[in-house]
Amino acid sequence: MHGFWRRFIGNPRVALSLMWLIFIVAVAAAAPVLEPASPFAIVSRPFSPPFGDFLFGTDSLGRDLLAGLMYGARTSLLIAIIATLAAVAFGTLVGSIAGFYGGIVDNVLMRISEFFQTIPSFIFAIVLVAILAPSAGSIVIAIATVSWPTISRVVRGEVLTIKARDFVQAAVVAGQRDMSILVGQVLPNALSPLIVTGSLLVANAILIESALSFLGLGAPDLMSWGFQIGAGRAFLRDAWWLVTVPGIAILLTVLAINLVGEGLNDALNPRLRDL
Amino acid sequence: MSDPVLSIENLSVALPSWADRPFAVDGVSLQVLRREILCVVGESGSGKSVMAKSVLRLLPEPHVRVASGRIIYEGTDLLTLPPDGIRAIRGGRIAMIFQEPMVALNPLMTVGRQTDEIIEVHTRMRPAERRQRIIELFRDVRLPEPELILASYPHELSGGQRQRVMIAMALALEPALIIADEPTTALDVTTQAQILRLLKELQARHGTAILFITHDFGVVAEIAERVVVMRQGKLVEHGPASDVLLRPQHEYTRALVAAVPSLTPRRMAANGLANCAEQALLSLSGVEKTYSSRRGPFALGRRPVPAVAGVSLNIAKGRSLALVGESGSGKSTLARCIVGLERPDRGAVVLEGVDLARLSRAKMRPYRKALQMIFQDPFASLNPRWRVGDIVAQGPIINGTPRRKALGQACELLQLVGLDPKAADRYPHEFSGGQRQRIGIARALAGKPKLIIADEPVSALDVSVQKQVLDLLDELRTAFELSMLFITHDLRVAAHVCEEIAVMKEGAIVERGSTSDIFAEPRHPYTQALLASVPGKNWQQQLS
Repeated sequence: MHGFWRRFIGNPRVALSLMWLIFIVAVAAAAPVLEPASPFAIVSRPFSPPFGDFLFGTDSLGRDLLAGLMYGARTSLLIAIIATLAAVAFGTLVGSIAGFYGGIVDNVLMRISEFFQTIPSFIFAIVLVAILAPSAGSIVIAIATVSWPTISRVVRGEVLTIKARDFVQAAVVAGQRDMSILVGQVLPNALSPLIVTGSLLVANAILIESALSFLGLGAPDLMSWGFQIGAGRAFLRDAWWLVTVPGIAILLTVLAINLVGEGLNDALNPRLRDL
Repeated sequence: MSDPVLSIENLSVALPSWADRPFAVDGVSLQVLRREILCVVGESGSGKSVMAKSVLRLLPEPHVRVASGRIIYEGTDLLTLPPDGIRAIRGGRIAMIFQEPMVALNPLMTVGRQTDEIIEVHTRMRPAERRQRIIELFRDVRLPEPELILASYPHELSGGQRQRVMIAMALALEPALIIADEPTTALDVTTQAQILRLLKELQARHGTAILFITHDFGVVAEIAERVVVMRQGKLVEHGPASDVLLRPQHEYTRALVAAVPSLTPRRMAANGLANCAEQALLSLSGVEKTYSSRRGPFALGRRPVPAVAGVSLNIAKGRSLALVGESGSGKSTLARCIVGLERPDRGAVVLEGVDLARLSRAKMRPYRKALQMIFQDPFASLNPRWRVGDIVAQGPIINGTPRRKALGQACELLQLVGLDPKAADRYPHEFSGGQRQRIGIARALAGKPKLIIADEPVSALDVSVQKQVLDLLDELRTAFELSMLFITHDLRVAAHVCEEIAVMKEGAIVERGSTSDIFAEPRHPYTQALLASVPGKNWQQQLS
């Protein structure tokens, strides 16, 4: 494991990205302490420019942009991570059962996941949120629903190759039951691609959440980056900072997660990079 | 003697910093003379393949690179040639034959087109002339019906035929030197014997020099004129084949030669087992297993492929039977039917009066303990995420032994197979191939089985390690009074561990008898062919 950490942290892109992500998570966690007032509170006159009384200025209603960013980080990260965990759990369940049992089970499960994959994912998410009424819970459900087929495909492929390996046969010969073979022998070996795909899904989830909020389908009582951009877009020419600052926050966070995911992949499969 | 075609002078190849040693090849000098076959022998990791690849600059640079030395071919140093220059040499003047022809050939191109490509790139011949030349070449390497083979794809040919195509491709431009990297290792014994004969004959006729890389001293004895022995990147011994093979000087060479399994058949086990009543522990009757494969990507219906076609066998208590056959003979499928990884279509697998073939998976569980298996690939057969102790204790724990007790027994077993009991806390990747196979053996013993089925347990190991593992198996078998079904393609290995041999071909058993009888007078023509194909037979008779 020592080699893994050296390869992972030793990668400068990963180190920088991790620093950014830790910073964002820390700010999100400390938001109520740093900014006790609600991010929706009107604190000053509208459109005060950045680097005045407020670091990032205020928006069209006189709300503090920085406070919004901090609470927005909370919303975006929380929704993205919960949605990804749900997608990974469900996708792993479906994918591992399909890969392990094969045959009809595999066919049925894969046709179902293809059904989800054929619908354009963002439009599908919009439809889901619209039906379920906008709230944090329905956004999580929408993101998880459009993300799990990717995971199930990855897991199924891994399980298919791993179950043909001799150590799984040895477990069968030893009389181990299917479920404990799947959980104890097969899945631990499918972990690394799962972690990589999962981390990339978090970035994707942040983008979907922001886009939904931008369209006004976000959770109504929660501040989020996408909501800030949506609210500020009408004033792009008068108050550029309203869309630029949350936009850069989304850009940097998504980029950082992607770089970490890529770094994980390189560190978990060192051979791939060398050859 | 004649002048050298290729001379390697003081070659060192550096490995990346994370490798276990700084140099893959460490100050090696050797010469390949015109019209000779030079064999480079060594175990895996000895640097023999890396050395061969550096001649044609095929190293995975920049991680593995030539650190110093010169490789002189026809007066020029290949290491200083520009990319254009080395491309003209590759294929044209120096050709290479790889170990695995299925991987070395492009699966999407007909073999004719692939051979054509080489001639097209290096010469100005017209298409019709090239076709003529390819047909000649294919005839030269004894491919049946060259015109048909020309239009075939690699997967449509057998392993031997593919390797013949590779040889034809290597010969296409009449190179001065052919580098053959373990060209027969992936082939069956009988095919190996044919290919070796072919290479020797072609070499004599075309006057090509061959740098032949192998780990098998039997092959060396068949083909080499001069031998170079390598160990951990260094050259330890070189000389004419007859000297090195019959009077090895260096102790490492001596150890390697001694490790080659001898052809002297083993006598019946003399320790009283012969006297005990011939009570069958396992008896198979009429076992059949047929797979179906699709005819083609768009074709309807399936074509049945019989893997095991009605096999009946008995294994008595305490006896060991070797099941010998080539790849595709159905021996592994039969083993999988016995341990219950496959369900036979017909027939009975009776273990002490119980027909296992009729039991459901759940009902089979109590009988599993009695049947344990040792797998071929020591790298795939141990779960990389489990500690060795847990791997060994896995069977007993499943069968209800308390975890602590099972782990304690696992430590004892590890000691028994010659490993440090501390090994239990480590992960499989920390062990070498031979050690991993010992762990596999400990796992099989943990269930206190009555019968062990060993599926090619030593074919992935180096010769020297092979012998240790075989001796261990033999020792444990007598100590635990086990019966063993030993599956192998190598008659030498079979003779070393088993008193009885059954020869399998195309899913059926063609001959069965005691090892000494089969070696003394094989009756079935196929057994005779197998025996005749054992590489280095004459040499071993000279040795003993």
